[in-house]
Amino acid sequence: MRIGVDVGGTNTDAVIMDGRNLIAAIKSPTTENVSDGIVAAISTVLQQSGVSKNQIASVMIGTTQFTNAFVERKNLLPVGVFRIALPATKSLRPMVDWPEEIRQNIGDASYLLRGGYHYDGRANVPFDEKGVMEAVRDMKRRGLKTAAVTAMFSPVNDDLEIRTEEIIRNEIPDAKVTLSSRIGRIGLLERENTAIMNACLAEMATRVVQSFSKALKDLNIQAPFFISQNDGTLMQAADVEKYPVLTFASGPTNSMRGAAFLSGLKEALVADIGGTTTDIGMLSGGFPRESSVTVDIGGVRTNFRMPDILALGLGGGSHVVPEGSGVKVGPRSVGYQLLQKGMVFGGNVLTATDIAVACGYADIGDRSKLSGLPSALADKARARIHAIVAEGVDRMKTSADPVPLILVGGGSVLIHDDIPGTSEVIIPENAGVANAIGASIAQVSGEVDRVYSYETKGREAAIDEARKEAIKAAIAAGADAQTVEVTDIEEVPLAYVPGGAVRLRLKVTGDLQLATPGAI
Amino acid sequence: MKLAIEDLVDLARGAALLGTGGGGDPYIGRLMAQEAIRECGMPEIVELEDVPDDAQVFTSAMLGAPSVLIEKIASGDDVETSVRKLEERLGRRADFITPIEIGGCNSMIPIVAAARMGIPLVNADGMGRAFPELQMVTFNVYGVSATPLAMVDENLSSVVIETNSAKAAEDFARVNAVQMGLSVMISCYPMRGHELKKTGVPGTLTMALNIGRAIAEGRKSGNPAESLIAFLKTNPYYGRCKILFTGKITDLRRDTSRGFTIGECTLQAIDAQDVMKITFQNENLVAKMNGRTVAIVPDLICIMDSETAEPITTEALKYGQRVSVVGMSAAPVMRTPEALSVFGPSCFGLKEEFTPIEILHGDIVGAEGVNV
Repeated sequence: MRIGVDVGGTNTDAVIMDGRNLIAAIKSPTTENVSDGIVAAISTVLQQSGVSKNQIASVMIGTTQFTNAFVERKNLLPVGVFRIALPATKSLRPMVDWPEEIRQNIGDASYLLRGGYHYDGRANVPFDEKGVMEAVRDMKRRGLKTAAVTAMFSPVNDDLEIRTEEIIRNEIPDAKVTLSSRIGRIGLLERENTAIMNACLAEMATRVVQSFSKALKDLNIQAPFFISQNDGTLMQAADVEKYPVLTFASGPTNSMRGAAFLSGLKEALVADIGGTTTDIGMLSGGFPRESSVTVDIGGVRTNFRMPDILALGLGGGSHVVPEGSGVKVGPRSVGYQLLQKGMVFGGNVLTATDIAVACGYADIGDRSKLSGLPSALADKARARIHAIVAEGVDRMKTSADPVPLILVGGGSVLIHDDIPGTSEVIIPENAGVANAIGASIAQVSGEVDRVYSYETKGREAAIDEARKEAIKAAIAAGADAQTVEVTDIEEVPLAYVPGGAVRLRLKVTGDLQLATPGAI
Repeated sequence: MKLAIEDLVDLARGAALLGTGGGGDPYIGRLMAQEAIRECGMPEIVELEDVPDDAQVFTSAMLGAPSVLIEKIASGDDVETSVRKLEERLGRRADFITPIEIGGCNSMIPIVAAARMGIPLVNADGMGRAFPELQMVTFNVYGVSATPLAMVDENLSSVVIETNSAKAAEDFARVNAVQMGLSVMISCYPMRGHELKKTGVPGTLTMALNIGRAIAEGRKSGNPAESLIAFLKTNPYYGRCKILFTGKITDLRRDTSRGFTIGECTLQAIDAQDVMKITFQNENLVAKMNGRTVAIVPDLICIMDSETAEPITTEALKYGQRVSVVGMSAAPVMRTPEALSVFGPSCFGLKEEFTPIEILHGDIVGAEGVNV
């Protein structure tokens, strides 16, 4: 059996899963010290189920702590910023477009050095290795322990970043080094931003991982733990310490993965309706589709791989206000105070939840409190709520064909009618804890992202080589070799490059190999 | 005209709109301009009519793939050096810098050049929009030679090109750009003040800024698209304008070949059966509603977010986006027979003739009080 935990802004949810069966689920409040909340949630769910600790084969945790820390500028380390691109890029210093107060947290140890590649992999100028050594010594003098390394066109060839890491480690053996090519794509400024963001969270990442392992130790759980990442697969603790930014969007991803699991569907839209917002995403092959554009996090532009999520201002606590001849629903919300402020709970704010009750398709609170509500207003609000979701669904679809819509989250009671553009609307059982269930789905991945010359190597051979390498990476991450399969292939011809150069991204996914048989 | 560092965001937005889908996202260019101004001060901006007839005017621009510029960001020295190389070749100093292309990223590079060199920037350009090739410029149409043309990469390696025609200059420059890493800084169309007055499109820097501002102000009052149209109607070039369509993107075909993004975007109206198709080659070329042409190059066709009026580049179009399509007239110098022979529909392989937007639509009248 395994435990899935989702640490959200309001609630920490925990589930126990036995294979595909949900054994127990609880919601408890998220605490200031996150691991206290995790300990409380896990103890409760164990107690409730009567499952013994030694039956637990693994623990999977989804957390938004790192995102919050960055956005709130908490616990950020000063970073040694290495950019290997001169003489190109000289016009824009690192962090040029960051909000001033975060930039101050990161400090001014920026080292711009000669080197880097062209779009087609040709070296631009000789690599200034001596300059890197001097920079590292300066970094050491300043007492910095974390570095972000970005080289021009490193997604095409990463060897300069790797060499720079070696030089840093020779001088500062315990340094934490982030390589931009591991997390970002073409777009030097955005990729460098992401690397710096990751580097400044290094200390916190170590602490969080330690606190998780301490929490489990305090609970006397011997099983290994994993943390869920943006693409819905698991990371081992050691990888989270290295690349905490890869957990930034695990919240919405987990609820989408949970929705896929609960409904048994792999191609569908998912709407996670909470108290204040609705996140809509598209499942493709059981995983969230990725965003292709830059994403702003805490005022910083990034381009790493995030699920493509549309957030709408609709939730169970959304204010419902008559406006002219129509009605406005959201984005203002009573949020977690729904149980005090909603009319069916004896409050005096008309919310989206009250509308679902008034229209007779939700049975929550005291319906008699709504006796004064004009039915025309309720009907209009009902239509508006459905229209908001319908528009979001329409925006997220990739083609005009109807697809199923899976509703999860506490606010899924708001939807009762058909949504145009969908083939069916599904609210699976246990939709309220889809996120913790999503976290508990034990899959790991391996990925290769590289430029190949199809003309010299041949397409088949290139894909085969990439697949073998990706499988190796997945097994190293803990995958059961028997279950590994290719889940994503993306080929982008480099239009301006002669010689059939193609950027090939290949990802494989497999079940986590666990000590206990039949644990998945 | 005076420009402040805070204006660059609005200028970039206006330039993106005038880019009509192409010209590259001005984001990197805007940051470069911002940094150059921080370091060297804001360049003086001079109206075209105030440029002395015998003054030396040089252009400044980036040539290559905008998708490479976002990785191989310019050094800054390369921007300045391209102008210097041209000065060396001609044996005379530049007195003024003028933009060639106000749409997209090339609205910003001339600001970098003028700031770093400490010389004034002319409030004008050579098209009042964006185009994919070097010869598609009013300077060329009305007789200014594109060459000598200097191109410089970040290593300050340079090539000076001299050709008999602007089209040949384009072909030579493109080949060299590949070897130089596909993003280079150029200076070309060296001319005298009187030539720029005869061939340039005046006032376009101010116009891009004011377009960006109109959108920003419209966002405060809740209707950026209408605010934009109200502003455009007061403009002597873009004044014959209209929101041609509002709907969602239902199909998108995009191919990259010969260094261009070529394809077609299909839009469906939200509450009606109407369908719009927009054909593009980097820039949007022709918009057809239910099969009938409603705007065609060189008139401008801009796709923007229907809520925020944020312009959307061709590469950033996505299925499901809610967009508004704005059509607007090009400047009169862009619509003459000579101009149409250089950047009219046939130059992009389109079979139909150019018809001005105000002829295609009975309900577009010249802006009140504006002589077009």
